[in-house]
Amino acid sequence: MAEPDDDKTAGSVAGEGQSAPEPLGPPVKSVSPKEKLAEPAKKPLPPRPEKKADGLRRTTEAEGEGNIWRVSRRGFLEKIGWVGIFSFLGVMLVGTLRYMFPRVLFEPSPIFRAGFPEEYLPGTVSTKWMKDYRVWIIREQDRIYALLGICTHLGCTPRWLEKEDKFKCPCHGSGFYRSGVNFEGPAPRSLERLKVARAETGEILVDRSVKFLFENNGWDNPQAYLPV
Amino acid sequence: MTFDLKKKITKSPVWKSAFRHDYKDTTRNRYLQVLSNVWLHLHPTKVARHAVEVRYTWGMGGISFFLFLVLTVTGVILMFYYRPTDQYAYYDMKYLMNDVPFGAFIRNMHRWGAHAMVITVWLHMLRVFMTGSYKPPREFNWVIGVVLLVLTLLLSFTGYLLPWDQLAIWAVTVGTNMARATPLLGHEGPLGPQLGMKPDNDVRFMLLGGTQVGPAALLRFYVLHCVFLPVAAGVLMIVHFWRVRKDGGISGPTGKL
Repeated sequence: MAEPDDDKTAGSVAGEGQSAPEPLGPPVKSVSPKEKLAEPAKKPLPPRPEKKADGLRRTTEAEGEGNIWRVSRRGFLEKIGWVGIFSFLGVMLVGTLRYMFPRVLFEPSPIFRAGFPEEYLPGTVSTKWMKDYRVWIIREQDRIYALLGICTHLGCTPRWLEKEDKFKCPCHGSGFYRSGVNFEGPAPRSLERLKVARAETGEILVDRSVKFLFENNGWDNPQAYLPV
Repeated sequence: MTFDLKKKITKSPVWKSAFRHDYKDTTRNRYLQVLSNVWLHLHPTKVARHAVEVRYTWGMGGISFFLFLVLTVTGVILMFYYRPTDQYAYYDMKYLMNDVPFGAFIRNMHRWGAHAMVITVWLHMLRVFMTGSYKPPREFNWVIGVVLLVLTLLLSFTGYLLPWDQLAIWAVTVGTNMARATPLLGHEGPLGPQLGMKPDNDVRFMLLGGTQVGPAALLRFYVLHCVFLPVAAGVLMIVHFWRVRKDGGISGPTGKL
């Protein structure tokens, strides 16, 4: 394992010198290189910049080290290099994320035509579109709206019980009025209403991708019903 | 105004929790930085000066490896949209080219990268030959290199089929028709029929998973292209790179090993 301050020769690239081979004779204590080099007395030199292990000179404090606007040619190119690398990687990342969202989907359109308003008698719940689209069309005296046939408890398909005037979910017994409001069972919310519009031909257009919740006052939204 | 972004990052607790820090900048510690790093320790700690003599080495081995990585990354990204069935393959390729953002870019990177890698491995082989870098102790590494070359060409061949267009199907038809003429293993090759080779049990049948280039061939080539051949190439590359280090590093001009 690496330990800090492991290297005694602070930064010098040259390895420790070998002791000169002693001629044969009585054993003499070997002299270490450090002791050999006695510093001759001379006047003190100005402090030199600390040399790092790669032997390169670094900008000193006096020259403005730490100030990003004071950098050598080499340092500038180094910064440009890193900026370039990270920009490239960043763009690649963004590009890959965008790649995950295709522009064209091969799925059926959420919008379907539900016939003409005249086909629905006032005060009735039509189950005509339940099999294909899981949607009830309800006509009241003054308006038509569409309810999504997904129980708000755990997603089963409720049934319309004409005689009891309610939607009843077979899974756990959630009950909803013909308006969609939940009144019995474990369902926590009312059924969702869908966006309805008139096509150019006069037909009803139902958009299953736009939902309106009673809890958000969404049922008052003009897109949530067709006045008739 | 002085603001050292690098210092701010490297002194933060988050950085210091992830990376080793506050070691004296000595030669020995620089060695250890490479040696004790999980990603870097496959690298030598120091590289001889002659290793960067591009006029001598050409750098084609490293470029080939880089292209292999590019191909792996772009290949995985392509896998999000490509289905290897005869019903979908061509249309998924078209979908990538037209309806997926950056799809054309990734697909083109992959295709160009594949062509480039074949070129660079040949150039690498040429350089190794010209500099005599196959001589002892490097003979075994040359053999590994040849096998890697064959794997590269097979990767190219299997990948070529995947767009499932006219170019792909006929190229594979021609290639696999050659297989049926293999001695002993092909039903039209010398001694093949004598060994009981028929169109439905010879080596061509094994390649195609059938007697024709059809859905079975597409799936088979897809698995070869995405799993088997890359893994085999990866294993051999590990040995190849290790042998370079073991044999004394990348070869240099005479007198420098």
